Amino acid sequence: MAPKLPLHHPVEQSSTASAGGQASAHAAPPRGLMRWLLTTNHKEIGSLYLIFSLTMFFIGGIFALVVRAELFQPGLQLVVPEFFNQMTTMHGLIMVFGAIMPAFVGLANWMVPLQIGAPDMALPRLNNFSFWLLPVAFTLLLSTLLMPGGGPNFGWTFYAPLSTTYAPPSTTFFILSLHIAGISSILGAINIIATILNLRAPGMRLMDMPLFCWTWLITAFLLIAVMPVLAGVVTMMLMDINFGTSFFNAAGGGDPVLFQHLFWFFGHPEVYIMILPAFGIVSAIIPTFSRKRLFGYASMVYATASIAILSFLVWAHHMFTVGLPLAAELFFMYTTMLIAVPTGVKVFNWIATMFRGSISFEPPMLFALAFVVQFTIGGFSGLMLAISPADFQYHDTYFVVAHFHYVLVPGALFAILAAAYYWLPKWTGHYPNVKLAQWHFWLSVIGVNLTFFPMHFSGLAGMPRRIPDYALQFADFNVASSLGAFLFGASQLLFVLLIIKCVRGGEKAPAKAWEGAEDLEWSVPSPAPLHTFEHPPTFRRDGE
Amino acid sequence: MSDAREAASRQGVRRTVAKTLFALAGMFLFAFALVPLYDVFCEVTGLNGKTSGSAQALVHEEVDASRMVTVQFVTRGSAGLPWNFEVETRQVRVHPGQSAEVEFAFHNRAETALRGRAVPSVTPPRATPHLRKLACFCFQEQRLEAGERLSAPLVFQLTRDLPEDVNTVTLVYTLYPVTRDEAPLQARATAGKGDEA
Repeated sequence: MAPKLPLHHPVEQSSTASAGGQASAHAAPPRGLMRWLLTTNHKEIGSLYLIFSLTMFFIGGIFALVVRAELFQPGLQLVVPEFFNQMTTMHGLIMVFGAIMPAFVGLANWMVPLQIGAPDMALPRLNNFSFWLLPVAFTLLLSTLLMPGGGPNFGWTFYAPLSTTYAPPSTTFFILSLHIAGISSILGAINIIATILNLRAPGMRLMDMPLFCWTWLITAFLLIAVMPVLAGVVTMMLMDINFGTSFFNAAGGGDPVLFQHLFWFFGHPEVYIMILPAFGIVSAIIPTFSRKRLFGYASMVYATASIAILSFLVWAHHMFTVGLPLAAELFFMYTTMLIAVPTGVKVFNWIATMFRGSISFEPPMLFALAFVVQFTIGGFSGLMLAISPADFQYHDTYFVVAHFHYVLVPGALFAILAAAYYWLPKWTGHYPNVKLAQWHFWLSVIGVNLTFFPMHFSGLAGMPRRIPDYALQFADFNVASSLGAFLFGASQLLFVLLIIKCVRGGEKAPAKAWEGAEDLEWSVPSPAPLHTFEHPPTFRRDGE
Repeated sequence: MSDAREAASRQGVRRTVAKTLFALAGMFLFAFALVPLYDVFCEVTGLNGKTSGSAQALVHEEVDASRMVTVQFVTRGSAGLPWNFEVETRQVRVHPGQSAEVEFAFHNRAETALRGRAVPSVTPPRATPHLRKLACFCFQEQRLEAGERLSAPLVFQLTRDLPEDVNTVTLVYTLYPVTRDEAPLQARATAGKGDEA
């Protein structure tokens, strides 16, 4: 049932059709800056999202390097603790809301219409609006660093009362920027749902879609369900700070623990928002470079849906130590462990896809394979954290930091890099430079593991997270982590160099850039013309 | 795209958008609905250790003389309120069913009149529904003139259905300042819940 399909329309036809249609149906786009401000083209907006995300990735990365530089040695050397707190907080916020999420939305903008044979997103003008909200939100967020009292310093989870009673005065700006970023995500999600449900090529059923579209459809539903809850939480904070309410203030009859419940009711689905599209990307790349169909397509879809549903039932595993009753500890421990089952199905399917495949190791495949291995390491440490009695020791230590960085950096981020390498030939018409890509890959893998693997040990030994100083016994682990972080950060510059080179030139890519790639996007020329599928392709299932 | 197809998909998009907007509004309201739901849930289960905000009647039941429970009292001051807040007896031993009285002492060390409010919390949370307060200073805010001292009682009862394995109950009072501009809100929060108690 995998969506592999040669096309009815030959490739040349769709390109001539779009070239002809463009001249008559569309006025010449405005030039210069206005072109990008006003664009409603899904490919251009996709590129804007990706460039924005890469920029934020470097800004958030610099913040992380400030943290790692301070932690290179015990004691306080470079920054004052107040600024250190702002750096950890801003690093988390920027990476989650500014880098990872927009990168996936950008990939969806570029690839979902191409993969389902749609001419554009369903709501192109809304698409433009949801992108341009992001620079506004993050300029506002970054500007708080320059305000009196500094930026947010309460951790990316902004627990009350740290973020209400004891927060810096700039917190109201932080709340506003989260609102704007949240609206942007919501509008993006509406657009993706509307596109996938209504604009599929004739004959393409939901169960024929590539998995990237499936995982994004489910992610979009998660966004619709939880972003309003985040909006509600920050609105309550706003009212507590400015209007004298007491949602989270015990003095006025509120409860700070309520904040944590509400936050994690949003926050846990949020972490799946950051990983489900990655599953879709890896499920496209592994079959391509194994030259086999994806093993267990239907089970992949159902596993993704089960992960999404379960994500609403596990939030309190972030709060095992707040004083939950035994029944709740057990409930959230078991539901959390249950998530390992559909996740295991996915990992099994990826391995089974490679089994007896004719595997080659092009750059996208390298990153996808590294994703599978390293994401699984993060999954296992997640299982350890799920064990409620053990979590009392792990809670708020570097073990937690190691866990979520393993699922987010060599997990989500590697999947995004894999996607970039996989689709760069489609975007630019050129193959990325293989030598440079291999250097980028190996330096990234070494850097990431050198950074985050020692954190498991320092965490188990008791090093608390979010503290600028530490006991001498943790010094060696932290030296390794800091060296790894700078190696990883520097090697990302290779990626920028590679993209610039790839846009400017390189080996020309044909429409079907990878031998084993079968989805609809490979039927349009490389680089993809501005307008594609103005006449919907006829979709043919395998064996028909 | 043919015109008919385009019209159909446009209508489909409109329907999808309407549905998602409806879901969005629903989830936003749900987030706010969670606040009272959480309070009700905690009140029923006693999970967050919040005792009743108003005076409860004494349950007339036979004192279980075979069992002794230790009740400890902890008082915590608060930043921004220069008061001394102490309990005269740090711990008492009671039989379930029996009522007991403990005195708490307040002293305003400031040069001005100030208002404060003590917020209770019970550990273990399971004991919360079984701790009945017949009288408590925590039902309303206190106003102390400069240098004024006040002694206020807590009369409580542990009911006999207190779980068997609970041998120690800790009652923590944290004192919070009540600032002037928050006053109407505070009054509303406590009104009808035992301001007159």
